[in-house]
Amino acid sequence: MIHLIILLLLATPFLGFTAGLFIEETNEKALSRLAIGSVIMQFILSSILTISWSIGGFQQINLSELNVFQNPSYHFFIDFLIDKISISFIQIGSFLALMVTIFSQYYLHREEGYKRFFLIILLFYFGYNVTILSGNFETLFLGWEILGISSFLLIAFYRHRYLPVKNAVKVFTIYRLGDVGLLLAMWLSHHFWHENVTFLKMSNANLFNEHIHEHSILGIFIALGVVLAASAKSAQFPFSFWLPRAMEGPTPSSAIFYGSLSVHMGVFLLLRIFPLIEFQLSVRILLIILGLFTFYVSTGISRVQSSIKAQVAYSSISHIGLMFVEIALGLHLLALIHFIGNAILRTYQLLISPSIVSYKIREQFYTFKPQTQTIENYFPKSWQYAMYLLCLKEWNLDSILYKYTWSPIKWLGKKLSFLTWKRSKYLIPFFLLSSLISYWVEKHFHYHLLPELSGGIALLFALKSFSEKKSAFNALFLVLFNHLFIALAVFFNEHLTWGEVLIYISGVLLSSILGFSILFFMKKKGEKLNLKRFHGHAYEYPHISIIFLIACLGLTGFPISPTFIGEDIIFSHIRDNQFILAMFVASSFVLDGLALIRIYSMLFLGPNSKTYHEVAYRNS
Amino acid sequence: MLDINSENPLERELLKIDMFKNYFEHEFDSRIGNLRENWRIKIGVDMDALVYPTLFRLLSSYLDQGIALWKFPIRDLNFLEALRHIESNGWVSIFRRKRARKIFQEQNHTIESLLEILVGENKDLYEQYIFDQQFEHQGWSGFVSELERVPTMLLDQRKIKTSEFIFLELLMEIDALDYKLGEGKWKPLEFYLDYQPKPLFAEVRETRVFTLAKIWQEAYEWSYYMPVLKGIIDNRNCVEFSQKDFQTIMCIDDRICSWRRHVEDLAPNCETFGTPGFFGLDMYFQPEGGKFYTKVCPMPMTPIYLVKEVPKGHIFSTMRKLIKARKANKTHHHDTDIHFSEHAHNSLFGWLISQFIGFFSALNLVSAVLFPKRSAATSSPFNHMEKNFPLTIENHGEEMENGLHLGFTKVEMAERVSNMLHSIGLMDNFAPIVYVIGHGSTSTNNPYYAGYDCGACSGRAGSVNARAFCLMANDYKVRELLIEKGIIIPETTFFMGGLHDTTQDVVQFFDKDIVMEETKRAKHLEYKKLMREALLRNAVERSRNFENVNKKQTPIQIHKEIKKRAVSFFEPRPEYNHATNALCIIGRRQMTKGLFLDRRAFLNSYDYRIDKDGKYLQGIVNAAAPVCGGINLEYYFSRTDNQKLGSGSKLPHNVMGLIGVANGIEGDLRPGLPSQMVEIHEPVRLMMIVEQFPDIIIDAIQANAATYEWFINEWIHLICYHPINHMMMKFQNGEFKEIQISKEMTPKMSSSQLLEAFMNQSEQLPVTLIQQPIT
Repeated sequence: MIHLIILLLLATPFLGFTAGLFIEETNEKALSRLAIGSVIMQFILSSILTISWSIGGFQQINLSELNVFQNPSYHFFIDFLIDKISISFIQIGSFLALMVTIFSQYYLHREEGYKRFFLIILLFYFGYNVTILSGNFETLFLGWEILGISSFLLIAFYRHRYLPVKNAVKVFTIYRLGDVGLLLAMWLSHHFWHENVTFLKMSNANLFNEHIHEHSILGIFIALGVVLAASAKSAQFPFSFWLPRAMEGPTPSSAIFYGSLSVHMGVFLLLRIFPLIEFQLSVRILLIILGLFTFYVSTGISRVQSSIKAQVAYSSISHIGLMFVEIALGLHLLALIHFIGNAILRTYQLLISPSIVSYKIREQFYTFKPQTQTIENYFPKSWQYAMYLLCLKEWNLDSILYKYTWSPIKWLGKKLSFLTWKRSKYLIPFFLLSSLISYWVEKHFHYHLLPELSGGIALLFALKSFSEKKSAFNALFLVLFNHLFIALAVFFNEHLTWGEVLIYISGVLLSSILGFSILFFMKKKGEKLNLKRFHGHAYEYPHISIIFLIACLGLTGFPISPTFIGEDIIFSHIRDNQFILAMFVASSFVLDGLALIRIYSMLFLGPNSKTYHEVAYRNS
Repeated sequence: MLDINSENPLERELLKIDMFKNYFEHEFDSRIGNLRENWRIKIGVDMDALVYPTLFRLLSSYLDQGIALWKFPIRDLNFLEALRHIESNGWVSIFRRKRARKIFQEQNHTIESLLEILVGENKDLYEQYIFDQQFEHQGWSGFVSELERVPTMLLDQRKIKTSEFIFLELLMEIDALDYKLGEGKWKPLEFYLDYQPKPLFAEVRETRVFTLAKIWQEAYEWSYYMPVLKGIIDNRNCVEFSQKDFQTIMCIDDRICSWRRHVEDLAPNCETFGTPGFFGLDMYFQPEGGKFYTKVCPMPMTPIYLVKEVPKGHIFSTMRKLIKARKANKTHHHDTDIHFSEHAHNSLFGWLISQFIGFFSALNLVSAVLFPKRSAATSSPFNHMEKNFPLTIENHGEEMENGLHLGFTKVEMAERVSNMLHSIGLMDNFAPIVYVIGHGSTSTNNPYYAGYDCGACSGRAGSVNARAFCLMANDYKVRELLIEKGIIIPETTFFMGGLHDTTQDVVQFFDKDIVMEETKRAKHLEYKKLMREALLRNAVERSRNFENVNKKQTPIQIHKEIKKRAVSFFEPRPEYNHATNALCIIGRRQMTKGLFLDRRAFLNSYDYRIDKDGKYLQGIVNAAAPVCGGINLEYYFSRTDNQKLGSGSKLPHNVMGLIGVANGIEGDLRPGLPSQMVEIHEPVRLMMIVEQFPDIIIDAIQANAATYEWFINEWIHLICYHPINHMMMKFQNGEFKEIQISKEMTPKMSSSQLLEAFMNQSEQLPVTLIQQPIT
């Protein structure tokens, strides 16, 4: 019974999404009916799930669903877990989805991109359900990736304006940064448990203690990886600035995703892997500090905001900070209740945010007092002013993070400027040669640093691709070679079979062929393909833009291409003492994703450079 | 240059080919922005990204009217002084580098000296640089300069000048360059220029595309105007009824024109008038408990009168005798909502609240999504005034408050009533009941709510004005004074105020208990029913434009749905407001009575016969040109380039400081109207048709230079409808010239056919003569 419900719960938004692809853009009625049908179904199913789970005695239920790939050393399977955490999240998620979808049916009426909007939110619900119901890291990561990309698309919903696209890319970079943590945590947990562990098994305290004695450092690193992923996704310090900037789409999408569902994913992740940190006091203390600090900083920032959406966003962040503290203290039921309250409250507050004008002006008209005392008036003047400015500038989090993460990457990329499109073509013989040399060296000398060397070269390509400004061809080409060199790096490691390599490479190759053909087509049409500014080609080539996006996603290892599994296989072959290689590979994957989303955005999103149609001002 | 009116047939032929066959490249380059852009192009510094986040936020926080919980620390100093105070007394700086900090403290720099650092010594570039800079965020710049001009625009006032804003921005730009490149490591902009930018105000050459676009625009306009003019001419046999059951005076607003038509259709013996909805009362209004005065007359006026609402029991007006006991001593009904409450964001208390309020929000959310009804998110015109509270209309000669006269003296009242009645030509033949009905609008979750109310009342509901006017006109002393002015209002005539909600199509009447004998009361109930029936039809007519209203329902169901739109928080189009407006007709109702104009006309009643010297016409045009013309152009521009001149889609809008909206949190303020308000608008200029002799019209429009601008520049098309020979003449280059009216007959329809068309046809209906059923 529960098994069937879960399958239906996953299938509903996905089928809705798929069916929606075939509905015409102008057929609003069919689109909204489909979307509303799907969310009603989803709500009913999740309610049945909640009820039958409660009748069943509130037990933890683990369901092993699908063996995607299996060989003696490695097992990739889809797995689901039902417990009070997933039940709360799925029930609240489906409730809010229902409300907001009905709301949007009217709100989005006649809006350009009606179809796009409903398809993306259905995709989002699918990703959400997969993540929430997931029973192991692999399944969770699958949903996680879908959430990331659908968030990106929703923020950039007004794709012909500059700021939404810029901010969508910005938010996506933070998401990817968090993904490094998750990828490393996944890799380490393979080695920690010597298997592809389920969350249920993870919560077996005896088993955990057995392992933690074996590798206590590993345990800390897994936890830290997860904490990084959770803080990035939940906009905790120092990532807080992304959340208000995500409020670029139509109000209902901001309300449900950045007001409630998306932003609480970090809370979910922490609750889910709590067994990992339960016995690691240092990590729990870290979480408490992080949560409290976020709480104070973002409360301050929220109090000085003069725009309503930013105010709600920062308030939400500060409450999520408190939830982190509650989780670290082990008060999980409280954290769950807090999540439910916060999610619904913020959704509603954002939905009614346009009313603030009439409400507040009316209120002010009748109750105005020229000087009001707030708590800050009791601070000494110098503190008051300083804190005010600091909060107003959001503690400079944005520029600090930029300075210490992306600036060095761009700087490194610039140093690689010799890798122009003309020269990059020589990578083909270089790759073949290095493969041969590596093969020879490996065979005769068993030289252990080779994987790291190849991985390092791969990372350099990713770096260059990410900072490429001149040619989209070159950027795409370098991503392809990044994948090839990663395969090379791991190939000599051990046991990697040709079949596994094929899984990894096939998706990459197919996608890059698709990508290149589109680029050649666009070049033939005489369109600009540099990466210096946004070109907004989606205005004239809306369909090609979708295909190019699919190609890019295939290349990054999004779960539509076998590369998604391939990436996991690659990781499983990195030994636990090859931390550097793992870092290289994880960073490569993250940078690849960024580079590709950047190429896509630069070419197809943003203001169209031709002026025969309405173009918004850059800053509007 | 080719001309459509050219004598040369070859030229006309060439033009025709260009218009119908040839394709022209129509990409345009703008001049503004070309200079400042060089920072990005030449040295790769994205100034906007470095400066705007902080600049906008400082400004928005300073101006904020009540969103931030922690308010800007110093609000009584000028913008720059306040910032300087914060800068020098705190230990965090606005700026990133030392130099800007120092310049800001020293106070011996001017805009010029900053420009010298930034742009260089070439002073010719300064003007363009400032233009480039300020037009890059014209929303904020425009707001600041308007605020400098009218500081009273904000309830919680601030002192800011455009020059202060520019100074700060220049300084932040210097700071941004210092931060990005290092102090002393960059040169003024003039060193990076490899060409001289084209002067901003150099002549714009009229290209072929412009010529063609102009012809197309005029063709588009005249294909609508011509049937209207023809319709008026065909309608000239409209007869006037001598016996009048009741009369109505309503606003000239284009949204009211259909209601008037339906009322007349249902009650052939009624007469309707249109006049700007403040009914000639120049005043401020203060509701009971209000801390501020609200202007309830056109924006450009500066009234010296104040009318207040007083709770029952504190009445000192002589009206007291007229006012019977009120039913309940209700206070203002204002919904409150904890979701707007500050505590939801506040630290510790907020923690508790969000734990529990969230569950309460769930209920709210469900009911608001599934069963929309009036809530705190709704803005309602009936909130403007408590209809059971007396108004302090009368001044005995000495009562003053803050420099304003508290009410009007009898003489002043008579003057205003007389002026208004004269201007609409209602001086005799008063019906037993004269309704004076203002209008307002209900909408929910709508930052543009003020744009839906009465423009002649500065974006408020017209209830106070309507009610005050009636109280004046009912006063026997005022009526005595009116006799001297040639207006004899019979004792049996009673003026009754009302308020029409244009979104919901409902009407409310005021002071019906004041002296009204039984027979009249029964009559009133009958007329009220009739007007409500007319509103029902009006709702059906309006539903035509709403795609998602099911037209197969009964009229009553449709009206219900229309009412629900106004209180639904998910409905971005509670009504289409002034969209499709295109006409302003100044003349007797006979011109347009029985003519279907599809809610596109501002109708101002005016009788040329009693205005021999054009005095009243002058007053009308002085108000109608800027008000109707202004509304028309606002819609025109917002529709033609919704992204640059309008505010784009309203769906992603974010409210900034209660003073404006922006996209997301980092965008510029968006002036203009959102696409949801203008999407069905047809961008044509206003055609104003005046029933009067041409020379009187010319005198009237030339009396005021600001008014004349509208006509001589053809921002409004002015047509003279000759009252004697029924000729149509167009005003061009300072004179009237006759225009040829098409021969095509205006189509005819009965009112029931028309009603059917509302249910079945969503496209524009042609100008139609409504045939009265023969009785």
